Amino acid sequence: MTVHQSISDEAKPAYNYAYLDEQTKRMIRRALLKAVAIPGYQVPFGSREMPLARGWGTGGIQVTAAIIGPDDTLKVIDQGADDTTNAVSIRRFFERTADARTTEATDEATIIQTRHRIPEAPLKAGQIMVYQVPQPEPLRKLEPHEAETRKMHAWAEYGLMQVKLYENIARFGEVTTTYDYPVMVNGRYVMAPSPIPKFDNPKMQMSPALQLFGAGREKRIYAVPPHTSVRSLDFEDHPFRIQSWEQPCALCGAADSYLDEVVIDDQGGRMFVCSDSHHCETRRAQGHRGTMLGDATASGLVEAKS
Amino acid sequence: MQDGNQIHAGFSDPVFQSQGAFRALLAALSEPGLACDIGVSVETPVGLEPATAVTLLTLADYETPIWLPAALRDGPAGAWLRFHCGAALVEDPSRAAFAVIDGTVPEPKLSAFNAGDDQFPDRSTTVLVQCAGLAGGEAVVLEGPGIAGRRSIAPTDLRAGFWAEIEDNAALYPLGVDLLLVHDSQVLGLPRSTQIVETR
Repeated sequence: MTVHQSISDEAKPAYNYAYLDEQTKRMIRRALLKAVAIPGYQVPFGSREMPLARGWGTGGIQVTAAIIGPDDTLKVIDQGADDTTNAVSIRRFFERTADARTTEATDEATIIQTRHRIPEAPLKAGQIMVYQVPQPEPLRKLEPHEAETRKMHAWAEYGLMQVKLYENIARFGEVTTTYDYPVMVNGRYVMAPSPIPKFDNPKMQMSPALQLFGAGREKRIYAVPPHTSVRSLDFEDHPFRIQSWEQPCALCGAADSYLDEVVIDDQGGRMFVCSDSHHCETRRAQGHRGTMLGDATASGLVEAKS
Repeated sequence: MQDGNQIHAGFSDPVFQSQGAFRALLAALSEPGLACDIGVSVETPVGLEPATAVTLLTLADYETPIWLPAALRDGPAGAWLRFHCGAALVEDPSRAAFAVIDGTVPEPKLSAFNAGDDQFPDRSTTVLVQCAGLAGGEAVVLEGPGIAGRRSIAPTDLRAGFWAEIEDNAALYPLGVDLLLVHDSQVLGLPRSTQIVETR
């Protein structure tokens, strides 16, 4: 007896299109429009129970479910990769509930739902980025009370954040925040860019794409419209800097992408590879070769492509 | 049933028509000054532009009080919105989540609507301004989030002092009302974040 069953069309769950009911979508859509009108401000919304645990992207899924339609092509990435658990299951969720067309190609997608990365390929006008956000409040670690952080945003009282960055510099000689690096949006609101590496922060500045942020557990939605100023907080004598690596990607040789460190044995061996899996594959298909591509192909870690 | 009391149909396909209309509204507010076609048509009650009717069907429900001019509120438009959206129709403009005004009529001023408060600027009114046309009028140059450089718009026949009201509204940022200029099936967003650079 086999325990595997294929899902036929009749067996598909009889949910409303894109899972959420229409009243919930209207509520999320109203929050999204206000979020777009006040870039960087966190709009409270009635986050729903989703068929996966909070912390697994329920905010991003609710935003995507409220905007997706039959004309859309969806790409989902988790830490830059299209083929990790979270990305695969969310993509499958929308294939089942919204008959979504999905893709791994950044330039073919109209909606890109992401956990913790912005793709390397430049975003285009008309594309919508949907970020999964665990903690939407950039001031939360400095001030635990919502009533207080709300006032700090209302009065643009962001001195505490500058002091935190200053203390980093005083103690370590540099700002040690490497991900979820706070940004100032449209010169008014300090915003958490979600836990993307600070390497990706400059991609948000004046991006031609619309950027939407959903935090399911914390029940907040916020947005950055296209062509909006997104400035990483810094000091004149300690300007904002992004990460850099001493070696290029071991698979595709890219020297300008965000690299993950992969431990490959117990002898201290390691390799650096692009975190954006589609970007890396595209470059390899174009004939770019990294120093360890041969080894990786031989050991079956990477599919051999001519 | 008497002819005058008949309520026209709403969306024939609520899920996909509201999704399509919402994407047009999202595009309109994320790229202020760009006229977007709402892409859906319904049988519209007297006094509402087609895009006004579709916008309210898409966004309004029992959680969102709507302000209408008295003539519309007491006419078929009011009955149509009550029936399809289940929304309360309020007389006090400052209580409205959505409002529909005629661009040529001098009252109520934009300042009569809810501009939100400093801790919850999202609780402001979204005002739909029904215009005679979205092109061919006096040119107004816009700047702000959603606009690469500058963008020029030219809606027609707006009341005297309308752009001064918009400037006053933008000066309240991050408070203020958000506007959708509406004509026929077109919507053009003017959120509070948009600044007026010059009017000619």
